[in-house]
Amino acid sequence: MNTSVIISYDGSFDGFLCVVFASFEQHLQISAIHPEIELQQDFFSAPLLILTEEAKANRVKTGLTKCMSATSRRKLYWAFLSELPGIELTLLQYVQMAFKESKFRGTDFGDSVILRVTQVAKMVSREKHRMEAFIRFKLTKDDIYFAGIEPDFNVLPLISKHFETRYADQKWIIYDYKRKFGLYYDLENVVQIHLEFSEDIKDHAHNPKFYDTSELEFQKLWQHYFSSTNIKSRKNLKLHLQHVPKRYWKYLTEKSSLLN
Amino acid sequence: MSFERIKEKLNILADAAKYDISCSSSGSKRANNNKGLGNSDGVGICHSYTEDGRCVSLLKILLTNHCIFDCAYCVTRKSNDIKRAAFKVQEVVDLTMNFYRRNYIEGLFLSSGIFNSPDTTMERLVAVAKKLRLEENFNGYIHLKSIPGASDELMMEAGLYADRLSVNIEIPTISGLKLLAPDKNHADFIKPMQAVKTGIQQYKNEKKIIRSTPKYAPAGQSTQMIVGATGESDRDVMYSAAYYYKKYEMKRVYYSGYIPVANDTRLPALGSPVPLLRENRLYQTDWLLRFYGFDIRELLNEEHQNLDLDVDPKLSWALRNMHLFPLDVNKAEKYLLARVPGIGMKSVYKILEARKHRALNWEHLQKIGIALNRAKYFIHCNSREWEKRDLSALQVKGFILQNSQSKFRKEYSNQLSLFN
Repeated sequence: MNTSVIISYDGSFDGFLCVVFASFEQHLQISAIHPEIELQQDFFSAPLLILTEEAKANRVKTGLTKCMSATSRRKLYWAFLSELPGIELTLLQYVQMAFKESKFRGTDFGDSVILRVTQVAKMVSREKHRMEAFIRFKLTKDDIYFAGIEPDFNVLPLISKHFETRYADQKWIIYDYKRKFGLYYDLENVVQIHLEFSEDIKDHAHNPKFYDTSELEFQKLWQHYFSSTNIKSRKNLKLHLQHVPKRYWKYLTEKSSLLN
Repeated sequence: MSFERIKEKLNILADAAKYDISCSSSGSKRANNNKGLGNSDGVGICHSYTEDGRCVSLLKILLTNHCIFDCAYCVTRKSNDIKRAAFKVQEVVDLTMNFYRRNYIEGLFLSSGIFNSPDTTMERLVAVAKKLRLEENFNGYIHLKSIPGASDELMMEAGLYADRLSVNIEIPTISGLKLLAPDKNHADFIKPMQAVKTGIQQYKNEKKIIRSTPKYAPAGQSTQMIVGATGESDRDVMYSAAYYYKKYEMKRVYYSGYIPVANDTRLPALGSPVPLLRENRLYQTDWLLRFYGFDIRELLNEEHQNLDLDVDPKLSWALRNMHLFPLDVNKAEKYLLARVPGIGMKSVYKILEARKHRALNWEHLQKIGIALNRAKYFIHCNSREWEKRDLSALQVKGFILQNSQSKFRKEYSNQLSLFN
């Protein structure tokens, strides 16, 4: 009889696919899956570490492509990027269901696993869309448009294409302070970068040392536009907050206080 | 550029443009193939929201607020004593490019007061769009206002650079227009609409034969009506809307609760509240027409000239048609499911997919996201529990209102509140 095990892996999507691989190959009964960093020592059951091997991950990918529809695969990946605690186990169950069918569409919304994956993927999709909306670039002295963000979920991989096609004629960086990596577009390709910031980087948001001389002027113009386009007699702060929750204000030029 | 001067103009001309409520940036595909700036993939983005809760997607400004007309409902009317300003073509181009590069906006919505003549005004609007497209390689969204009375030739050119063209009908009834805008002619509004419709059809047909035919106003056209300025009924408003949707293939009709901007005996007095709830109900009705398969005559007719304020139009319709309910969620056809209060189109899709796999019960329905507090009186499902009492429409309405909190309640409740 199999006893259930706790799995740890490196936290990457390929790593997760290797967990899927191991679960099938070794017929594992898995009770929890944790990224290495989050793992807490448990005296009673030492976690089983699954190493990431590209070849195995690719075999799983090929398998998934065969039995899952494109939409249901997208949901799998997007829900994974939520990094919600415990989501890996739900996703493993999702994949196990998919492998049982030949044409898995993931539309049995009466099933709690499928509904959960669908809803988490939707949460990630909302955050992705918000980043596409709320990112504000600032023009640096090096002629690079820079934006720092701290999204709730790991959405950088999902927004890369959007910004690449849209801002094809300007260099830009989008940096995730929380996950400590960013995207840099050099007019040809998007590459992943790691930067060292001094502790007080966020206080430097308007520091003239870093930014182009016109930058602050355009920020002010945008703020003026934002307040002029408001209709006071229709004021509805509840609706305003519903659309722009306070945790996003830190990104928004129009909600910061540099007017005049 | 002189930032001080631009700031002043921007304040005046954004303030004057804000009563145009369309801020849609969706529905246009304009791929960035030329390594230029901007890419429209058909999905709109709201980059911010003002404190009134409205989306900010486009840089919405007037080219100028000088105007030769004197429409009573308009803040820019000739007789109004306000500061006037005008942008140069290059200034608008620079602002658009620099805002877009910083990811503030999806594009430009350019309107204008009518200076000199409709053609001169339209020409200048087209010049901005042309410059953005041809000189700046701009692939973002451009919404241009069609100026009533502009020539067909100019409208044809405008559609080559703009994603959307719109002309605001403003007053839903012809008699209302005569009263409030005596120097404007109803036919002048219709002419550019017809021109744009013709343009869209013509280019679509040519594209079938020659694939390289350029795009003409790919996001279609829209219009806007002011409600609550001339005592029109909801039926008047929505029948007009349905007419424009059908006749001119509008993508959208917008409804704008009248905001008092003038002391004029023909209009609601300054300081009267904006009819926000009514506006909300009109939009709900609009959605029922466009996405839920309702015919306008089912929702508004001779007996029901105005929408209920205390319940939404779908619930209101269902209460008048109790004989059609309850429906079996696991068997009912799609078009009927869409008519159940508390079930939206996304839930309809989920129900249709999920019931292929199993018979759904109340718990399933709740998790999928259906508003059971309303829906439960109109459906039954895979459960022995359902509403077995033979309730009248009035009773159902009473139960639903009792168990729900509308943010608008104070606006339709006649009861005195004890504490304020």
